[in-house]
Amino acid sequence: MTSFTINGRVVEITAEPDTPLLWAIREHLKLTGTKYGCGLAQCGACTVHVDGEPTRACVTWLEDVAGKEVTTIEGLSEDGSHPLQKSWIAEQVPQCGYCQSGQIMQAAALLKNNPAPSREEIVDHMDGNICRCATYDRIIKAIQRAARES
Amino acid sequence: MKNELNVHTRSISRRSFLITAGTVGIAVSYGNLASQAFAATIATETAGNYRPNAWVTIDHDGTVTIISPASEMGQGVMTTLPLLIADEMDAEWSKVKVVQSPSDAEKYGNPGFYGIQLTGGSETVRGYYEPLRLVGAQTRMILLHSAAEILDKPVTELNTEPGMVVHTPTQTRISYGEISRLGKISDPLPQISKTDLKQPEQWHYIGKQDLPRIDVPSKVDGSAIYGIDVQLPDMLYGAVIRPPVQGETPATIDDSEAKNVVGITRIVRLPYGVGIIGETIEATIRAKEMLSIEWTTGSRIRNYSSASLIDEYRKAGSDLSQTGVNAVKKGEAAQAIASSDILIEADYLSDHVYHATMEPMNATALVSDDEVEVWAPTQGPTFTQGFAAQTAGTTTDKVKVHTTMLGGGFGRRAERDFVDDAVSLAKEVKGRPVKVVWSREDDVRHGKYRPLVAQHVRVGLTSSGAISGWQHRVAADSIFARTLPPVFEDAGGLDDVVTEGADFNYDMPTHEVEYLRQDNGLDIGYWRAVGCGYTKFAVECVIDEIAATRNIDPAQQRLELLAGEPRARKVIENTVKMSDWSRPREGRALGLAYSDSFGAHCAAVAEVSVNRENGQIRVHKVWTSVDPGVAIQPQNIEAQMTGAITHGISHALYEQINVVNGEVQEGNFDTYRVIRMSEIPEVEVSILGDPTQKPSGMGEVGLPPIGPAIANAFARLTDGARLRHYPFLPERVLEALNG
Repeated sequence: MTSFTINGRVVEITAEPDTPLLWAIREHLKLTGTKYGCGLAQCGACTVHVDGEPTRACVTWLEDVAGKEVTTIEGLSEDGSHPLQKSWIAEQVPQCGYCQSGQIMQAAALLKNNPAPSREEIVDHMDGNICRCATYDRIIKAIQRAARES
Repeated sequence: MKNELNVHTRSISRRSFLITAGTVGIAVSYGNLASQAFAATIATETAGNYRPNAWVTIDHDGTVTIISPASEMGQGVMTTLPLLIADEMDAEWSKVKVVQSPSDAEKYGNPGFYGIQLTGGSETVRGYYEPLRLVGAQTRMILLHSAAEILDKPVTELNTEPGMVVHTPTQTRISYGEISRLGKISDPLPQISKTDLKQPEQWHYIGKQDLPRIDVPSKVDGSAIYGIDVQLPDMLYGAVIRPPVQGETPATIDDSEAKNVVGITRIVRLPYGVGIIGETIEATIRAKEMLSIEWTTGSRIRNYSSASLIDEYRKAGSDLSQTGVNAVKKGEAAQAIASSDILIEADYLSDHVYHATMEPMNATALVSDDEVEVWAPTQGPTFTQGFAAQTAGTTTDKVKVHTTMLGGGFGRRAERDFVDDAVSLAKEVKGRPVKVVWSREDDVRHGKYRPLVAQHVRVGLTSSGAISGWQHRVAADSIFARTLPPVFEDAGGLDDVVTEGADFNYDMPTHEVEYLRQDNGLDIGYWRAVGCGYTKFAVECVIDEIAATRNIDPAQQRLELLAGEPRARKVIENTVKMSDWSRPREGRALGLAYSDSFGAHCAAVAEVSVNRENGQIRVHKVWTSVDPGVAIQPQNIEAQMTGAITHGISHALYEQINVVNGEVQEGNFDTYRVIRMSEIPEVEVSILGDPTQKPSGMGEVGLPPIGPAIANAFARLTDGARLRHYPFLPERVLEALNG
C-alpha cells in the first residue's frame, strides 16, 4: 500500500512498490489524461508534477512518490482554466491530441519558474516532448500567449 | 412525440460512445443524444445515389446533435464533417454537439470510399462533402415544413437563419428547439436535390469562419478518451508477445515463473504468439518479461535484411530486361527515350519507415456467448467488425465497434493485429472485457512499415531540351497483396497505393509507369501519403535534374510542363514569390517541389544548409502554397499542412527501420528518431482555395513535396550533389558531398 496526494486528494494504492506511477495513475486511479508513450522517458507523454517538478511518470516508481504531491492534467485547474489550457484552445494546438497533456504539464512547470520565457528557453525546455502530428509551432505560440496573457 | 416523428424512414441510433469508469469516475461521451429529441431522419435523395441516413437530432433546448461518421485521428474530421451538415441546415454552431457514429456502414459508410467506414487515403471530406451537405439541406427543408404547420403559414414564405425559422412577411421567428418540441415531420419527407444546396456566398461556416475544433477542449484537460483510456467494469488486461521474426510461432513456452506473478489470470498460446491475461496492467508487463519462449526458426522472413534487399530492388528497377505491370502507359516511352538525344537516368531509394503514432496499438474487447463488443482507436470500424467476427468465430452483425479517439493513425490503425489481440484474449475469458496495450517496443518492432522501395526513372530529352519520354519503374513489395488480395488480383498485380503519385499531371508526350513487384514477405502497409511519399521524391528530383541539364530555372521547368494546369501553376508561382526564390542566401539554398496528390495542388520551397563536416542537414524555413479546392476550414488546413510538412522533414532526414535477418533493429524513440521541437523550421502556408471547386484531401497533402524540396535545395547548394536515398542520414550526405 502506497499513499500519496493526487490533485489534492489523498489516495492509497495497493500495488507493488516498483509499479510505474504511470499505471497507478491511469489504471488504478483511472485518471487517463496522463498518457503512455514510450516507457523510457523518451517522449514526455506521461509528464506529471511531483511536488511541483515535471516528472516522467513512466520511469517513476510508486514508492518514489509516497507522501508526495502529484498533479496530473486533470488537476492542473478545476475547470480547464489554467492559462495554458486556455491558450492551447485559443491557438487550436492539438491535432490527435495524445501528447498534449504531457506538453501542457511540461509547459506549466516552465511558466511557474519563468513567467516570460524566450523562444529559445521554451524550445530548450520542451524538447523532450514528442508530438508526432508536429504541432510544435502552435505549442510555442500557445506558451508565448499564456505568458503574455497571465 | 418520438413515435410521431419516426415516420417511414429508419429511426436514428441512440447509442453514443459512453464509458463509465471506476473509482474516480470519468464518464465521457462526445455529447449525448437527447432522449426527447426530434429525429430528423433523411430519406433517399431524389437522384437515388445515396442511402437513407440518420445524422441529426434536435433537442428542445435547441441543441443540435450531429453524428460524425469518420475516425478522428488529428485531421479534424470530427469538426469538418458535422459542420457541412450544420451549414446547410442553418444550425447555430454554438449549439451543435457531435457524436461519434456507431459501426454501421449502411448508414454511415463513406459513399466515396467503398461505402464503408474507413478513414484513410485523404478520402473522408472528399467522399462525404456532397452527401452530408444534402443531409443538411434536407434537414433544413424538414424543419421548414414543420414550422409551416406550427405557424400555419405557407412554406414558401419561410426562411432560415442560424437556429431559427423566420416567417419573412411578419418577421415571426421560431427556434429549432421549439420546432423540435411542437413540430411533426411531414410524411412523405420533402425531397431535395443538388440545386437546393447553398451557393458559396450563402455559407456561414464553410470557408467563412474558422470554427474551434470540437475535440480540442477535451484534449487540453485530459478528458478525451482514446482507445488506451477505455475503462470498463470488471475489465482485465492483456499483453501479447510476438515472435522476433515475423511468421514464427512459439515452439516451447516456459511459463513457470510468469504464471506465478501476482494478478496473472491466464497465459495462452495464440496462433501468432503468446497471450497473457491479468488483473492489472503491471502484472501483465511483469509476466511478459518472465515468460521464456523458444520460437520456431523456419520463417522465410529470416532472409529479410533491408540493407541488402534495397540493393536487389535497385538492380531490379534498373534492369530493363525485367518487366512489370503498367500503372501508366501513354505512348511508347522506352522507344522515345531510345531515340532521344539526352538521357537522364537515376535510382531513388527509400528505406522502411514506421508510423510512431503517439498512442501505441491497443484495443479492448468483450466477448459473450452471442455478441462481441470492441472499443478501438481504429481507422476502419467496418473492417474491425469483420476482423473481430472472424477471430471470435461469429458473424459481423454480432459485432459492435466503438470508435474512440485515435492518438495518431497515419495508416497504421487500418490494420487488424491490435483488434485480433483483444478479441483473442477476450474469447478466453468470456463475459469480462480485456484491454490489450502494446508496449512501444511491440509497436516499433511489429509495425506495418512503408515499403522498401527502389525507383528507376529514365527520361529522354531532345537536343532542344524537350522531354520525349518518361519511364518510371517502381520496385517494391505489395501492400494490397496482403491487405486487399481481391483488389490486387483484379488489378492484374498492380498496386495503386504503392505506385500512386508516379501518375502526374505534367504534360509528357510519352509516359510509362511500371510496377515491378518484389515479394519478400515482410508485412508492409499504409503510411501517411503512402506511395506519394516516395514517388514524388523521385519525380520532383528528376524534374530538377532535367532543369539542371538544360540549365534553366527549376520553377520554369515545372511551369512549362504544366502549361495546361492553371491551378498547379498558381501554387508554384505563389510559392516562388513567397520565398523570394531568386534571392541568393549566404550558405543556404532553396529547393522547390510540386505535388498533385490527394486532389490538391501543393508546392513547397525549402531553405536548407548543410554542415559539411558532419553531414547534418538543417531545414531553416519552408514556404508552401496549397490549392485544396474549397478551403472549408483554413485554420485547420494550415495546421495539417504544417504538420505534414514537418512530418515529411522528419522522415526525409531521420526515420529508418532496419531489418536484419528478419529482426527489426529499432525499439523505441531512442533508436527510431523523430523530429523534435528544436529541429523544426518555420513553415509559412498560403491557401489558394476556390469555393466553387470540390475539396481535396488534406491530411497527407503536405508530406510528398517536402523531401524532394530539401534534396533539390541540397543539389543547388552543393553544385549538383544529389541525395537519392531516404532518409538523408549524415553518412549518405557526406557520401553525396564527396562524390
